Amino acid sequence: MKLRLILALSVIAAPAFAPSAFAQSVVPQPAPTEETAIDVVDEAAWADLGIAIPTFPTNADVPTQASAGSTAGLGRALARVITDDLKNNGLFKPTGPDSLPTPSMAQINAPDFPSWQGKGTDMLVHGFVRANGDGNITVGCYLYDVSLNQQLVKGAWVVGPSEWRRAAHKCADLVYSRLSGESPFFDSKIAYIAETGPKDRRMKRLAIMDSDGANHRFITTGQALALTPRYSPDYKQIVYLSYLNGNPRIYIYDTVNGTQRLVTQSRNPTFSPRWSPDGRWILYSMAIGGNTDVYRVSSAGGQSQRLTDGPGIDVGGSYSPDGSKIVFESDRSGSQQVYVMNADGTDQKRISFFGGRAATPEWSPRGDQVAFTYIAGDFHIAVMSPAGGSMRQLTGGWQDEAPTWSPNGRIIQFFRTEKGSGRASLWQVDLTGKNERRLPTPVDASDPAWGPVLP
Amino acid sequence: MLQTSRTIILLLTASGALAACTPKAPKQLPPDPGNVTTATNTNQSTVQNGPIAGTQADFVTTLMGQDTIYFDTDRHNVDSSDAAALAAQAQWLSKYPGKRATLEGHCDERGTRDYNLALGDKRANAAKNYLVSMGVDAGRLTVISYGKERPIAVGSSEESWARNRRAVTISID
Repeated sequence: MKLRLILALSVIAAPAFAPSAFAQSVVPQPAPTEETAIDVVDEAAWADLGIAIPTFPTNADVPTQASAGSTAGLGRALARVITDDLKNNGLFKPTGPDSLPTPSMAQINAPDFPSWQGKGTDMLVHGFVRANGDGNITVGCYLYDVSLNQQLVKGAWVVGPSEWRRAAHKCADLVYSRLSGESPFFDSKIAYIAETGPKDRRMKRLAIMDSDGANHRFITTGQALALTPRYSPDYKQIVYLSYLNGNPRIYIYDTVNGTQRLVTQSRNPTFSPRWSPDGRWILYSMAIGGNTDVYRVSSAGGQSQRLTDGPGIDVGGSYSPDGSKIVFESDRSGSQQVYVMNADGTDQKRISFFGGRAATPEWSPRGDQVAFTYIAGDFHIAVMSPAGGSMRQLTGGWQDEAPTWSPNGRIIQFFRTEKGSGRASLWQVDLTGKNERRLPTPVDASDPAWGPVLP
Repeated sequence: MLQTSRTIILLLTASGALAACTPKAPKQLPPDPGNVTTATNTNQSTVQNGPIAGTQADFVTTLMGQDTIYFDTDRHNVDSSDAAALAAQAQWLSKYPGKRATLEGHCDERGTRDYNLALGDKRANAAKNYLVSMGVDAGRLTVISYGKERPIAVGSSEESWARNRRAVTISID
């Protein structure tokens, strides 16, 4: 019965992926950092690959401190997390451990290829779990091309018991990178705002979770309204807006010590904070007497530098990956539009010239696109080139707002507000506009901010 | 003595209601009688005494809705009806020169979050600047923007959005 299910899943599989060389490196291929041309590849060809991910066996089933239990329990849990990663992003059709036989330790390095070929499997993920003497856990991960009887890539990681899911995300990243040619992104975190309560008195709390929604944690209590968080590139800090003490100000929350401090000592409201890619600068907006401009300040503190200078609303901002340019939003032309300037504020140029308004621009980590909120009555998520060309609308909700990029620049998360109730939820869509998916959160959620791949 | 009888009646009524709904013994205890009495007294005193002169409650009662001004979509300019409301606010503030006030700027849900924070700040400042032009000392006035975070009308209709595009003046007690 199970076997038949697998055959049904893979009968339509067309292994269009035919690698010419087999690198056995654990280092994923880096994607180009700067691209001017838009290349949106239709993933359909390799999305149909039948990938089998059976339980990772262990050399000895011993208890661990990990939430998934003993090493044998961990082996199954790891394979499940990898399966979910690959499946939930809509890029593959993986078959997980619950419907597959568990291989022996010896088979991890020498898979039973004929048996897997008989099941119609194209790609096979094997791995193992081993408890180290010091309480840590070693997880191995191997990707095989079943029809070619060949290992494509392998990796191994030592993780603390509380971080076992990271090993699964690293393995999923290895598989994803090797098969797609894209940079990894699963081993990353999301900061966002958790929402509860009635529409006119929403309680908004800073919260964090892994990229797959696991390890969820509330950071603030909800006594003060919290908005628009952003992870620092090293994950040690979160910059966000809080109405603590009554007034909207930007704070830097220290994720290690659990303390926080004001970004700038100012009597004026500060909001819309963003990190520079190297973590040395924080962009923010400040309103003085009704006039909002974009400023930057060293993340270590000190004097702020004003980057825009106009009577209108200049707000938001997002650095190019190399830190040399900033894309931001301004209504200086009469309505919200997207502008680009040099990082020192010089050479400000409008780039959005289509009907409607364009807001909340976010530069892709790959550099080749700018995602933004396209306002034409309703709000939609859209992308354009950094020069303003090739605008494409990716979503069609009533109010889809505030895009944030996956670390590899292939997926965009945003929040969707429901008409009437005002209830908000987190969603993601890939760059082709396909695979739109709601992210599971314990309560309503808005303002997602996707951090980089974990160091 | 009057209070005690009232409490007993309320308790009896509550028990009766519970008994009618559930044939079995209630799993939860009835509400604490102390709370019931206090709530009743508070309501009575408010109705009987009315707001004290120079308080926020007096400000709200005196202005009869003119503590709030409304804006067109994506605008922050003060129009003639707003001017009348602000004049009434200035009059009250001149009557109580020791009072300070906060001006809250709000937006409807049809704008992006950060932009609305900036727009709400513009609206609150537009109201503040008008009050200052009417002779109110700027030092008595503070502004705060809530963007689209604190709507007063919770629908997603033109009518609700119009009510939410506002600047509200609140005197500080």
